[in-house]
Amino acid sequence: MTDKNKLKILVVEDDPDMMEQMKIYLESEDYEVVAASTQKEAEPLIKPGAFNAAVLDLMMENPDSGFVLSHKIKKMDQGLPVIIVTSVTKETGFYFDKARDPKAWIKADAIIHKELRFEQLKAELKRLLGAGERHA
Amino acid sequence: MPDPLPVHPLDVLIVDDEAGMRAGAARSLEGFSVALPDFNETVTFAVRSASTGEEALAQLKAKSPDILLLDYKLPDMTGIDVLAAAPGAGDFLTIMITAFASLEVAVTATKRGAFDFLAKPFTPEELRATISKAARSIYLHRKARKLEEEKRQVRFEFISVLAHELKSPLAAVEGYMHLMKERMKGPELESYDSMIERSVTRIGGMRKLVMDLLDLTRLESGKKKRTLETVDLAKAAALAAEGVAAMAEAKKVAVELKVPAGLSMTADAGEVDMILSNLLTNAVKYNREGGRAALELERSGGAIALRCSDTGIGMTEEELGRLFGEFVRMKNEHTRNIDGSGLGLSILKKVVKLYGGDVKVRSRYGEGTVFELTLKDAPVPAAVEPVH
Repeated sequence: MTDKNKLKILVVEDDPDMMEQMKIYLESEDYEVVAASTQKEAEPLIKPGAFNAAVLDLMMENPDSGFVLSHKIKKMDQGLPVIIVTSVTKETGFYFDKARDPKAWIKADAIIHKELRFEQLKAELKRLLGAGERHA
Repeated sequence: MPDPLPVHPLDVLIVDDEAGMRAGAARSLEGFSVALPDFNETVTFAVRSASTGEEALAQLKAKSPDILLLDYKLPDMTGIDVLAAAPGAGDFLTIMITAFASLEVAVTATKRGAFDFLAKPFTPEELRATISKAARSIYLHRKARKLEEEKRQVRFEFISVLAHELKSPLAAVEGYMHLMKERMKGPELESYDSMIERSVTRIGGMRKLVMDLLDLTRLESGKKKRTLETVDLAKAAALAAEGVAAMAEAKKVAVELKVPAGLSMTADAGEVDMILSNLLTNAVKYNREGGRAALELERSGGAIALRCSDTGIGMTEEELGRLFGEFVRMKNEHTRNIDGSGLGLSILKKVVKLYGGDVKVRSRYGEGTVFELTLKDAPVPAAVEPVH
């Protein structure tokens, strides 16, 4: 059952507990969550206009699954806000700051650390979704 | 004709106040080369020189040589003083040149890190022999240092992944705690049962990881206490099967044991259990509902042949290639809800090695996996013959 008034968020996360928690929090904020637990499972779900935002785990079946997914999402639906959730520390050398190099191949609108308080996720979603109201 | 080895020049600094000595040494080493096939290189020598201690120190400061040929008796100081004041001591290899073979000089110079001695006067052949020895030593040291560096790197990676594996369950449990604290599911206690159950499961997984890690550390350090005795393998297999019985029942996997009565081997009972339990656990865990897991043991030649097969989810070629890595857990749609530390097979391989065996795996995706290994009886320390 799809509620037309709810904002739809694609959540891709391979840890079943993190997924469960994300769902509880996001649903309590009145978002509709579409869950996928692997990059492979998520890919066929990505269609233009299917979601209002995507929250992706970085390391799933591959260490860079989240980046690859993000790249694919942005190719199909450039305006879709993407948040990458990671426990990888910044020392890895991944280039996270889009503003400094708009051509950076890693296309994500926000990167949050996995020990995130869900308030942070909520705030990011509000910021990104508030900027330009989009409806699926 | 084999290909000529790549040539690498070593930097030699000769320090002597006699011009004839400096020129002679340079001439002796000009065009001289040492083949080091073990290191896949040929070394040649580029010689520079200094005539006083001060000059030598200036040159050492400017650029550290590979080899230092150092006269003991210099006009402004002794060779020992040069070594004491030299920057980056230990970066180069020192050969002391001395006119009078004095034991005292030899001892002090060795303390200061001199590698070898040349007594004046020496022939070009003697110089070349000493220099060849030094070149070989330099390469041995470099190789040792490289190995050490690689070991450090592996260690570092291991710790990074370990931290990640420990952080994931912590984050999950912490998350549930926050949800409970905020009463996200309302006032009814029952609404939180699944969160509590999942927290307990994740903490259990963490405990298993820590226990496996301790096993692995003990095995690697060789500090594991072993009690070698005659182990009844039929009993050991039954014990391992008992350990997986609950999980097998839940998954409706039939566990079959084929062990001839009375089959035994000399081993540590704990280690045998590690091997059998590990194999059976995987065979049940990565099985399909209603599948079979079989463990067969028999004596074959001087060893025990062990076979553990399942009708499980199997692995692709690519997954098979990664199987024995530490913390490697196959992530796909079939394994999503299967817990594990990712250390089990690393441990298995190390234990099996203690019995002179190797682990072979065959697998077909969607059909099942077969582990085959041989275990030799552990050598029992020979009883000491009483002396008469």
